[in-house]
This record gives sequence, C-alpha cells and structure tokens, in this order.
Amino acid sequence: MTIAADPALAAGARSERRFFLALSLPALVIVGLAAILPILWIIRQSFLTTGGEYTVGNYEKVLSSGLTWSALITTVELSLGTLAFCILLGTPLALALASVRPRVANLLMAFVMLPLWTSILVRTYGWLVLLRRDGLINAALTGSGLTAEPLPLVYNFTGTLIGMVHYMLPLFLLPVYAAMRDIDANLVRASASMGATLGQVIRTVILPLSAGGIFSGSMIVFIYTIGFFITPAVLGGGKVNPLSIRIERTLSTFQDWGSASVLGILLLVLMALVGAMFLVARRLVARNKVGAAHA
Amino acid sequence: MKSLPIIIDSVRKTYGSYVALDDVSLDIRAGEFLTLLGPSGSGKTTLLMALAGFVRPDSGKLLLGDRDITRLAPNKRDIGIVFQNYALFPHMSVLANVEYPLALRKTPKAEARQRALDTLARVKLEGLSERNIAALSGGQRQRVALARAIVFEPRVMLMDEPLSALDRNLRETMQYEIRRLHDDLGITTIYVTHDQREALTMSDRVAVMNSGRIQQIDTPQRIYDRPSTRFVAQFMGEANILAPGLVRTIDGGDASHETLMIRAENFHLDARLAGPDAVALEGMLRAKAFRGENWLLTLAPHGGQEVLVCIPSALAGGCAELATGQRVTVYASAAKAHAIPGAMA
Repeated sequence: MTIAADPALAAGARSERRFFLALSLPALVIVGLAAILPILWIIRQSFLTTGGEYTVGNYEKVLSSGLTWSALITTVELSLGTLAFCILLGTPLALALASVRPRVANLLMAFVMLPLWTSILVRTYGWLVLLRRDGLINAALTGSGLTAEPLPLVYNFTGTLIGMVHYMLPLFLLPVYAAMRDIDANLVRASASMGATLGQVIRTVILPLSAGGIFSGSMIVFIYTIGFFITPAVLGGGKVNPLSIRIERTLSTFQDWGSASVLGILLLVLMALVGAMFLVARRLVARNKVGAAHA
Repeated sequence: MKSLPIIIDSVRKTYGSYVALDDVSLDIRAGEFLTLLGPSGSGKTTLLMALAGFVRPDSGKLLLGDRDITRLAPNKRDIGIVFQNYALFPHMSVLANVEYPLALRKTPKAEARQRALDTLARVKLEGLSERNIAALSGGQRQRVALARAIVFEPRVMLMDEPLSALDRNLRETMQYEIRRLHDDLGITTIYVTHDQREALTMSDRVAVMNSGRIQQIDTPQRIYDRPSTRFVAQFMGEANILAPGLVRTIDGGDASHETLMIRAENFHLDARLAGPDAVALEGMLRAKAFRGENWLLTLAPHGGQEVLVCIPSALAGGCAELATGQRVTVYASAAKAHAIPGAMA
C-alpha cells in the first residue's frame, strides 16, 4: 500500500477517522445517559434493601415467588403467540404485497401502515369497542344466530393476543415485504420454467431468499412484545399478567423498588437471551443454506 | 433427445395502445438454431416470454410439436431458459442449482447428482460444483445457467441475450460453445440478441424484428447480402441505400431505376476488381479516415446523400494520396448491388 506509506495521507486518514468519531459522540452520550446509566442504576437498586443496605434478598424473594414464574411464562406465551400469528398472517400478506403491481402495493401498504400512525391507546380501546360482550363483533355473532352466547373475546388472553398481533403486524411486515420485493422476478420465472408449481416456487425460492427478513421481523416482534404493557393492561382485564404488569404492580402497590428492579433485570436477561438465540440461529441458517436445495 | 418444431401463428400482444407483437408468424424447425434479432423494443423478448409462458398473447397460437401451448402454464412447458442476468439461485450451490429442475421432477437423488455432475462437466465446470454462486465469475455463471437449462433435457431452449453481460473476448468464446452445445444436443434453440454479428455467427436462420414485426427471416448470408427492407439493410452493418439514378453501369450506361443497397466494404477503387459487369458511383470525397485494416471514405455524390466506402488497406494503394474535395469514382460488382424491393426513395 503506497497510500498508507505517505505520511501526509496517513495523517489525513487519521484526522478523518477522528472527525467521524466526533460525529457519533452526541449519539453515544445520549445512549449512555438514557440507556446505560439507568440500567446500571437498576442493577444497583436490585441489590439494595428499602433501607439502602446491600442484600441479595430481593433476588431470593422474587425468584422464589410463583407469581414471578407464572408472569414469565405469560410473557413468553404472549410473545410466542404474537410471533406465530405475525408469521402466519404477515408472510402471506407480504408475499401478496410483493407480487402485485407497485402502485397497488403502495396503496395496500398505506392501509397496513395506517394503524402505526394511531396512538396505541386509541387502538387498544378501539379493540375494546369491537371485542366487548356487547361489542360489535359479539352483537353481529349473536344477532345473526351464529352463536347463542357472546364469545369471551376480551379481558383475557385471546383479547390481549388480538391487540398485540394487530400492533406488531405492520412492524413484522416491513422487513419481510422488503426482503420479498428485492427478490429478482427472473428467479421466480426461472423456477417456474424448470417445472416448479407455485407452492414449490414459494418453498424453494421465495421463503429461503426472504428468510433474513422473516428473521429480522421475528426478532422485532419478540423483543417488542416481551415488554408490552398497555395492551395486556387494557385488554387483559387483570387476568393476563406478564412481567411488565408485575413490575408496575410491585411499584404501585408495594413501592418495592428492589423487587421491581429484579423483575426488570429478568426482563432484560430474557431479551438478551432471545436476541442471542436469534443471532445464533441466523448464523446457522446462513451457513447451512448453501448446498441444501431440495424441493 | 428428440427435439420439437415450434410454430408461432399470428401472435399478437398489445400493452394499451402499444403493439409489442403485431401478428407475428414464424416456423422453427426441429433442432434449428434460430435467432431473433432486433433493436430494443422490437418485440423479440416479448415473443420469447410468450413462448416461455410469462406473456399471454392477446390472439394467435403457439404450437410446440403438435401441442398447443398458448394457454399452458410455464411450469408445464418443459422449456429450458437462459435468462439475461442468468437468474441463478443465490442461496444454492452450483450443484444445487443444476440439480434443481431434476429435484422438481422427483428424479432419484443419486441419479440427479450424477446427471448434474455430467452436465457441469459438459459445460466445463467440473470441480466447481460446491461453489457458492457469488464466488463465480460472469463466464462461470453463464455456464451454470446453461447447465441448469439443459440438465432436464427440455425439448426447446430459449436464450434471452445470454452473453450481453460478458466482455468481448469471453462473448466470442461462449458464442462458439453455445453453438457447439446446440449441435451436440440437437435441441431446438431460440436465441434473442441485439448484436447482429452474434446473430450472424451463431444462427441457422435469423429473424430480424422491428416494431413488433418480423422484417425478414433467412439464413445469415442472405439476411446480410439480400435484405428485403431498408431497415434490415441498415441494421446489418454499414449499408448505403442509394436512390435511383445515382449508380450507373461501368460503360456509362443508364442509371438504375431501383433503390439499391451496396455495403461499404463492397466498393473498390480499382474497376478491374469489381469485374466486367461492375456498376460505378462518382462523388466528391468529403472525408477519409485510416482505420487500420481499412480506409473509410465518405463520398458525396450529387443529390446530397453521403456514401460510405470501405477499402481494405491491402488494396488501398491510392488512398493515401486522395485529397478531400477531389472527385472519386468507386466500383462494385453488380452482384453486390442489391435492389431493395418496395423501397422507393
């Protein structure tokens, strides 16, 4: 490298690196202040008694409580359930969006994105209107005679799941749609010309090539839903209690900052675990995809 | 492998008011190498895509052998296609790409592997079967695309400007190899290109297309020497379209009454080289340029039109001495002066 050997150019490259580092400094400061510091503070808090002495008692109390574990299970159930429905509903929708003409796709995309511009509180209460015992859906069901009794659609797990899937679907859709739209149309044609049916085209070409997008979308859904609060609080009717709601209750009812911090750390660890799992899975898939091509 | 003839019977395709295919009819013989040649927008790719099943004609019929495939789904046509950008599956290895059509046909795994390896050897890619597509050069990708298109022994092969992304040397090698592959397999091949030299080099017959119509279909030599329209004449190299009256016979006889096409390289400075039945053209020398293997002279006969004359360097004894502005007479054998039917200037 003759360029690096020139001292003047090397100095120029150094100062350029410093300049770009300086550009990222404000962002680093904000992340440090707004994310890292509070986390450190919560970790410290989790080891303190209400009197301010160091203890591991908070951990013992929280981890030995059955409520904690049932909350953890509810959290994972809600996240996995939301993810499952996002994949089931979102993947075919993304496929449909990616295969229509761009103008139609943009229009449909606007409809998909519309809920994102509405406050989550408004959307959640909107579902309440629809799903209540005397809500629109139950009125239609009983009115038409399809069901004798109104269905329990809200103030339970079902209602919470419906609200969460509704919230997460657009966020899942975006990366999946982007990945599918980027697939060269000639790959689909090539596959068909060699004899593939539509199902085979989807299975052997479209899904493998949009796996990255499906992974990203799944990660977004999981990470987001692990900390969901408003939807279970409003649509769960007190019967659906994930970790987020336990934290709030520990604080508002017992003013127990130590236990709440432990629960917060539990949530954090869960997110880190899931994130790491996704990254490992993605790497494994990337390594295995070459060579494996059976229809 | 038994190859099949293709009959294209008055196929028409419009997009709104734009006519992409204007009642195109074409018979392709079994085992023939036919090239669709034309500028972009001439309809050649639309015709190819109609054969592949990705474009549905508004009217007309497509027959593969005696089977009507006009409305048949693309995946039931058994046609091998090489796409312009190769369309190789980036998530599969070279071998998996070539095995793909066999896997779709439920060929037993061991047999599929053997056939894929044999086909890869046929296109000189042995040893690269485990490679990732991204790790291949353009020429290698081209060969994988070829292997994948022939491995399932289709009755017909379609190629959509397969060499346009390669550099010139590689393109010439691949032209030769594609033609050799065609001759080995005897598979009916329809090849789309906008490169006239490629079309002339490779084809049994060339169909020249322009604005959705076939202008002429003939052997490469006849397309070049005996173009039936002004468009074909000009598309196939340096052609001078000479209005009636510009050319006279060598003994000062009457001027021609027809529009003549004489290619730049068919002119001579020396009347003896043009033979006893030569025709002559006189004009003012407007420009001359030395191009290595030949001289390019630009003549301006009366009437304002410019005529290009190409004299091989070996026969261009007097060219260096010619001065612009001087009057020059050039000669061509009468056999090389081709009357273009119906092209009154």
